[in-house]
Amino acid sequence: MNSNAIWTSFATILRREVRRFTRIWPQTLVPPVITMSLYFVIFGSLIGSRIGEMGGFSYMEFVVPGLIMMAVITNSYSNVASSFYSAKFQRNVEELLVSPTPNWVIMAGYVLGGVSRGLIVGLVVTLIALFFTDLKVQHVGLTVSIVFLAAVLFSLAGFINAIFANSFDDISIIPTFVLTPLTYLGGVFYSIELLSPFWQGLSKLNPVLYMVNAFRYGVLGVSDINVAWAFVGVLVFVALLFGWGLHLMTHGKRLRH
Amino acid sequence: MTAALSIRNLQKTYDNGFEALKGISFDVQPGDFFALLGPNGAGKSTTIGIICSLVRKTGGSVSIFGIDIDKDFPAAKQMLGVVPQEFNFSQFEKVYDIVCTQGGFYGMSRKLAEERTEKYLKQLGLWDKRSTQARMLSGGMKRRLMIARALIHEPQLLILDEPTAGVDIELRRSMWTFLEEINRQGTTIILTTHYLEEAESLCRNIAIIDKGDIVENTSIKSLLKTLNRETFILDSSDGLTECPDLGGYDGRLLDEHSLEVTIEKGQSLTQLFASLTEQGVTITSMRNRANRLEELFVSLLAEDRQREGDK
Repeated sequence: MNSNAIWTSFATILRREVRRFTRIWPQTLVPPVITMSLYFVIFGSLIGSRIGEMGGFSYMEFVVPGLIMMAVITNSYSNVASSFYSAKFQRNVEELLVSPTPNWVIMAGYVLGGVSRGLIVGLVVTLIALFFTDLKVQHVGLTVSIVFLAAVLFSLAGFINAIFANSFDDISIIPTFVLTPLTYLGGVFYSIELLSPFWQGLSKLNPVLYMVNAFRYGVLGVSDINVAWAFVGVLVFVALLFGWGLHLMTHGKRLRH
Repeated sequence: MTAALSIRNLQKTYDNGFEALKGISFDVQPGDFFALLGPNGAGKSTTIGIICSLVRKTGGSVSIFGIDIDKDFPAAKQMLGVVPQEFNFSQFEKVYDIVCTQGGFYGMSRKLAEERTEKYLKQLGLWDKRSTQARMLSGGMKRRLMIARALIHEPQLLILDEPTAGVDIELRRSMWTFLEEINRQGTTIILTTHYLEEAESLCRNIAIIDKGDIVENTSIKSLLKTLNRETFILDSSDGLTECPDLGGYDGRLLDEHSLEVTIEKGQSLTQLFASLTEQGVTITSMRNRANRLEELFVSLLAEDRQREGDK
């Protein structure tokens, strides 16, 4: 395929992915917005007012960047995991596999579909957050970069989960038992400075911590960790997961007999 | 002339050790309407799966219009359209979107994909259903949808894996007409089917596959010439109580209005009718007991199994 044809194929996959999650918007876009609004009301407004400051900011200001990042991460992941697994389950993934579209373009299309949903949900959650607090973004470029990279990273993870999945249960296991604990323990609701040195050290093994803190640094200008390391870490993981996903596609893992 | 499809020593052994293809070879010439027949589990779908990249071969080679799939699969895929046996589209997408999107996967511009989508949905009688979700279509409509989707990039080689399975006779015949027309326009077609009258009516050449081996590969005409005997059903308006003298032909009374007679190759029917007329038996109609190709198909498979048993 020449570059024009590759671009057309990529745009077609992306368009189909966006069409999918916008068609079922009550399942894909509304629930995370409601959940995050409840977090704002309960943790930020009701409980947060009794907690006082955290990291030099009101609790609501502190928790908002983490909640936005949490929404982006979970939605990017679940979009690709459920969409690609559904395509496997209904066998319409074969439409792509029999076409001349290269494997990396298939992956890129699905991943950008996940990124789109993650960013749309993130944007809506941000707009809702503005009803509860003023957000004055300190480093716009850094904020946008880290949220985009995090969405790419978790979309790739969702894609790999979908390749290995043999049932719809398999695409909910990782979000339930891995992603949710990592996110909740990743500094969304608290600064790791509150923890003992042991738990601080352990927390630093959590990749979500780096993304949440880099995003918080972009918005508020404060972070528990070195932001440069967060970027390096995310880029390395993106490269590793992309390579792994491409390897699985090339060898037809659970896609071709 | 470069073959539309050339398969050499194609082998497939699945992870569980099952040998689905034991080194099959055959060619399909450009413009041909070719039947790939075989019983369930013979290896037809595995062969098609390998050609379209859904199954990874263990050995051998496949070329589509001279392009080796191991060397340039994307270029080979560009020439290939596949209509699989199972429905494999998203049940929740609209008919129009399914066909038009497939054009995008082949790198077609949106405008061209839209033009072709309209063309093929109209030709296949699905234009009125273009805004319907695929899951709402009848079985026959779903089959036609898969044909429209496979044609969107106008492939030179079209493979149809049991395209008329579960389709009513009227629709089946309209699909035959459609397939004959696109074959006349130059598309090479490979068809697998369990309806042998379909293969006999549409196809010029044939390969019969059984247990991963090619049992026969020839033209349908040549194959039918090898038919040594044919069995006919003769319908009579008379109420027959016993089998009349059949003038030396092998036969029996089926019921009071029908006779079954077997004619060996080289025997003439004239003598049979003369004998029946002499006895005052009136024959009102006559038909083959089974499709001629079906008789051959059954006997070829029986011979193949006999050979296997002898080994």
